[in-house]
Amino acid sequence: MSNQVNHAHVHRDDEAQKLGMWLFIFTELLLFGGLFLVYSIFRVQYSANFHESSLELSVTFGVINTVVLLISSMSVAFALTAVQKGNYKFAMQMILLTVILAGVFMVNKYFEWGGKFHHGLYPGSDLMEFLDNGHHLFFGLYFFMTGLHGLHIIIGVILLLISYVKIKRGKIQSDNFMHLENAALYWHLVDLIWIFLFPLLYLIS
Amino acid sequence: MSGTTPHITPYKTLGIILLILLVFTFITVEITSIHLGALTVTVALLIAGFKGYLVLTYFMHLKHESTLLKILVAMVFVLFALIVVITFIDYAFR
Repeated sequence: MSNQVNHAHVHRDDEAQKLGMWLFIFTELLLFGGLFLVYSIFRVQYSANFHESSLELSVTFGVINTVVLLISSMSVAFALTAVQKGNYKFAMQMILLTVILAGVFMVNKYFEWGGKFHHGLYPGSDLMEFLDNGHHLFFGLYFFMTGLHGLHIIIGVILLLISYVKIKRGKIQSDNFMHLENAALYWHLVDLIWIFLFPLLYLIS
Repeated sequence: MSGTTPHITPYKTLGIILLILLVFTFITVEITSIHLGALTVTVALLIAGFKGYLVLTYFMHLKHESTLLKILVAMVFVLFALIVVITFIDYAFR
């Protein structure tokens, strides 16, 4: 292929790196897909309990976090475009903006989870003893799914910060940006999962 | 990807996609606040699906990727849909 002719001296395969990242993303999608399936089945079985429980979640918090994640998804896409155009300074600013937005998301999550714990709405709490199985299941799934998603946010931030350092050191350039592209793909995955988590947990009641 | 130069998504395209995503987020919130019964779930998931499509196509650059990758991504969603359908059939008829 022409690619190999142009970069005959570079031992690098961008296509393979990208395909590898996508294969990993597929496993992530099926991981969360399995959780969505568990949620759906129990939602059908305990629809009244799930309805009552989801009313306990704050739609305002959910909307703010959705907006924050969507903007961060665009800023990381901006960073990749900037690197491809050779505008490294703007790319680094966009990565920092993404990391800051991720911080805002996590702080929101902290207050949201804190509120739930304060009201005793967590699996194994004293209050839960008096509630039906459906409430247990809803909050169990809520904490597990948002918790797993939060873990992905933290990993995404680490990957983006590594990209930031690589741009600063000139390791990521306009003709060599696969690390940033894959980190950005991971970040978009985090956004993609939240797009489905938000209506399922917060809105449909 | 067939060429040596990768496709660069313009800032403008990314900005427009963000705007559409934000608009549909608020539409979802408004629609689900009206109680339409089972229809609410369907509409909310359809909108989420459309938003997911936009993220995959533009933010994740699938639009300019190889046909192989597009088919692979589609297959993952087909596989997931099959798992959901089969599981629900199992629960409905046991």
